Amino acid sequence: MRKLLLISVIVAVGVIFIARLFYLQVYNEDPYSLYEDNAIRKVFDYPKRGYIFDRNGKLLVANQPSYDVMFIPREVKPLDTLEFCNLLKITKEDFIKFYDKAYRYSPRLPSVFIPQLSRMEYAVLQEKIRKYEGFYIQKRSLRDYQTTIGANVLGDIGEVNNYIIENDPYYKSGDLIGKQGVELSYEEVLRGVKGIKFIQKDRFNRDIGPYKDGIYDTLPQPGKDITITIDSELQEYGELLMRHKHGGIIAIEPSSGEIISMVSAPSYNPNLLVGRQRSRNFSKLYTDTIAKPLFDRSLKAQYPPGSPFKVLSALIGLQEKVVTTEDQFTCRHGYYLGNRRLTGCHSHASPLSMNQGIAQSCNAYFVNVYRRIIDKYPKPAEGMDVWSNHVKSFGLGDYLGYDLKIGNKGRIPDAAFYDKWYGKNRWSSTYNISNSIGQGEVETTPIQLANMVAAIANRGYYYTPHIIKNIEGAPIDEKYTTRNYTTIDKEHFEPVVQGMFDVYNTGTAYNLQVPGIEICGKTGTAENFMNINGKRTQLTDHSIFVAFAPKDNPKIAIAVFVENGYWGSRFAGRIASLMIEKYIKGEVTMTSMENWILTHSLEDEYAKPYSGKEFGINRQSALQVIDKITKDTVVNPTSTRPSSFNQ
Amino acid sequence: MQREYKLLNFDWLTIIIFLLLVGFGWLNIISASHVGEINDYFDMDQPYGKQSVFILFTLALIVLILALDAKFYERFASIIYVVSILSLVGLFIFGKNVNGATAWYGIGGMTLQPSEFAKFATSLAVAKYMSDLQTNMKTFKDQAKTMALIVLPAILILLQNDAGSTVVYAAFFFVFYREGLQQIYLVIAVFLIVLAVLALKFNVVIASAVAAIIIFGHHFFGQRKRPQLIQPIAIVIACIAVSFGIKYFYSSILQPHQKDRISLWLRLEKDPIKLHEMKQTILYNLNESEKAISSGGLTGKGFLQGTRTTGKFVPEQHTDYIFSTVGEEWGFLGSSFVVILFVGLLLRILYLAELQKSTFSRVYGYCVASIFFIHFLINIGMVMGLIPTIGIPLPFFSYGGSGLWAYTILLFIFIKLDSNRINEW
Repeated sequence: MRKLLLISVIVAVGVIFIARLFYLQVYNEDPYSLYEDNAIRKVFDYPKRGYIFDRNGKLLVANQPSYDVMFIPREVKPLDTLEFCNLLKITKEDFIKFYDKAYRYSPRLPSVFIPQLSRMEYAVLQEKIRKYEGFYIQKRSLRDYQTTIGANVLGDIGEVNNYIIENDPYYKSGDLIGKQGVELSYEEVLRGVKGIKFIQKDRFNRDIGPYKDGIYDTLPQPGKDITITIDSELQEYGELLMRHKHGGIIAIEPSSGEIISMVSAPSYNPNLLVGRQRSRNFSKLYTDTIAKPLFDRSLKAQYPPGSPFKVLSALIGLQEKVVTTEDQFTCRHGYYLGNRRLTGCHSHASPLSMNQGIAQSCNAYFVNVYRRIIDKYPKPAEGMDVWSNHVKSFGLGDYLGYDLKIGNKGRIPDAAFYDKWYGKNRWSSTYNISNSIGQGEVETTPIQLANMVAAIANRGYYYTPHIIKNIEGAPIDEKYTTRNYTTIDKEHFEPVVQGMFDVYNTGTAYNLQVPGIEICGKTGTAENFMNINGKRTQLTDHSIFVAFAPKDNPKIAIAVFVENGYWGSRFAGRIASLMIEKYIKGEVTMTSMENWILTHSLEDEYAKPYSGKEFGINRQSALQVIDKITKDTVVNPTSTRPSSFNQ
Repeated sequence: MQREYKLLNFDWLTIIIFLLLVGFGWLNIISASHVGEINDYFDMDQPYGKQSVFILFTLALIVLILALDAKFYERFASIIYVVSILSLVGLFIFGKNVNGATAWYGIGGMTLQPSEFAKFATSLAVAKYMSDLQTNMKTFKDQAKTMALIVLPAILILLQNDAGSTVVYAAFFFVFYREGLQQIYLVIAVFLIVLAVLALKFNVVIASAVAAIIIFGHHFFGQRKRPQLIQPIAIVIACIAVSFGIKYFYSSILQPHQKDRISLWLRLEKDPIKLHEMKQTILYNLNESEKAISSGGLTGKGFLQGTRTTGKFVPEQHTDYIFSTVGEEWGFLGSSFVVILFVGLLLRILYLAELQKSTFSRVYGYCVASIFFIHFLINIGMVMGLIPTIGIPLPFFSYGGSGLWAYTILLFIFIKLDSNRINEW
């Protein structure tokens, strides 16, 4: 018996030791990761972010160096906080706040302590940072905008958020990532691949040498330069014209689908979102809920398209053979069903055929055509679906598939939509005649409208609009070089194009002619409503204009949307004509038209719902006249706060 | 003819385990101590180079030990013991102070630690005394005399401020028990440990109360005879006294660092700030060593590939904390292998000891197994955070010439004695 004591104690201890080893090494341990080993210093080598050029090779976005103070909370040793804070120009409270925040994120992973030091601050700190264990300086590259325009196109880069860090292993705290525009769309192309060096440390935090002779180290791969389809001069001009207005312009080259111009107003200077002031400026832009400068109206604003949509009704009518170009319809200042006037119209000659129907934008003409399309089939539901499919073939009613990450589907109703609304078979063409004139349930975004015009300009097909021209010479995605055909046969386009041409010659855009350029266009004026204090209130109509030019071999298709600008020809039409002239001729000769736009503001109009003043719809006696805007006029991008931006 | 016969009689299993431990230990010393490239495995400026030389000396030493007559050790046990005690006393005059302990003789560039050699000397003396026909380990007188043989070197070593090595002498308890120490001492020993933990962890009153209830319970319900009152009351008073004694010992006699180690082990410190501070300082070694072991995972990072070992994150890693290198570079498989090797070695020695015909050989074998066991228990237990920090090396594994030689002598004397078993009657 006495023999057994020591033997059993030895065996018990052996078992306990192996159990403890199992607990420490197998059960309790996350899989070993070099990235989390604090004996290994990870030094990232950030590659140059790709430059962005415009279609004419003009450099728009370059880089500038920036220095972040990084730290690993667990490795921070007691330090002279006062001296350190003075060095970084922060208070001790800030120090504790930053430290705690980072500690909560992770005590063993690096976090940003102070982002984006200036060169001077960096010079001072560089010498002393070694004294503070756990802190180091990470060099990064910030954007350096060579321009003040195109904020919505170019976008910006900012620190990755925790959501991305958790879901994408590439990004570490403090990394920069594209947040909007092409910076977001082409993030992976532009950023390149960062390099990493693993360095063996000793317990005094000194570097000993490369870990395993650097076999895991990687070299950074520089980001690729990209050329975008934007014409920066036209973009700049568009932004100038849109000052003091809300809305968007999209200009597309019909023969390629390239987006030449993409203006959203109001906009802001992209330089506001660079460097340490980024978050402060961003929150100012973000919290401006009236002007919404961060809301890209050219891609996201979903409005009823109004009269430009009529040309589609004409095309579908021809394709469905329910109307000929010669058929005439009477207009009695509106469309009547029996004695009931379903829609109004302005005064023009009557009766009229298709050409003048388009040119004069006669509501009654298109309601007639629309009813013939729907009623061609035994059931309205069938007709509705035929109509809807034709419309959708122009890229309306769904995401277009362009290479920017934001957008809206718009809305093109079909039979199912009305079945749900009214009940199956409990509606007919008279229930939704407003669709024929771009009101009612139809909604589009400016880029969809511009694309629709491009399809008409091409007489029956379009290329998916895109912002990328090339990536260091490499061809772009095939998706953008493939034609998308509409369901309308080519021969039906000529009469409609002629009608649009006559809009300029004799019709609603008669005053907007540009000498020497044959422009085809269509005005639009869309009713719109806003909820003010719980009451659905009608606001001044949106001013809409679509056009393409020249009539043959078109170079530009454009859609302009000016919120609450009233007549299509008043604001949107003028702006479209000026843009077309600027793009085709390279200069603007119509100085009086240009002056008119630059001296008229809609700010008063936009303030109405908030000022509490009574206002009459479309009864603006006098337009708000302002001093002429020039390129150099500093415009405050937000409506609510006086210029308090940190440059 | 007879010589050859003896050679074959060595217990080769023990020798193989010994070689595996020394060889594996050497690899880990290389890992834990190398700086930069390894050009020369005998580089005398590097610990691993020195260890290479120590190992070569060891092999020569083994030949010498095995070559001597088995009876030599029994015959000269007393002289070896006296020489060893004198060498310990000599430290007070000629000793060299390293890390606060005056436990080394400096000879040229080398240092020699007599306390390591005192272990086998004491073992020989204890075996010799216990195997004397006159000795009866059941009598208190002989128990006390043997005890004196052990306590003498233990006190000398304690006076040199080497508390860790002193603890090793507790190993002889197992020898005493095997050779006839009364059961009651085992009960008392276990009882004292429980009492100590209770007294420190909770307080003296609770400890005494628990002790009292157990003893009274035992006396009133466990005995058929009419219960006595005086004896249990005396024992309870003794318990209370011992509890206070332990408390006093803890708070007044222990040095601050020893106190902190125990306090951390028993989780006595409640103040979070103080606790954090203690973890940063006292627990630093332990933290780092646990982290190194944990990071090894199932299969380890590979020889020379441990990042924490290479970065020298664990202080004293090539000496007392060598096991953390095994953990990091060889993983669960490698460190379990080491544990199994040690358990195998200990069980093999005990098995052989029981086979011995002479009391001297058996007692000596028991001494060897007990001493190795205490080292194994304390060192690996400490490195893994199961036992409060006590700085003693892992036999055959840790860097150090004195230790390696002393453990080799300890083990191979037994192998020699065992090989001579056939000639005993």
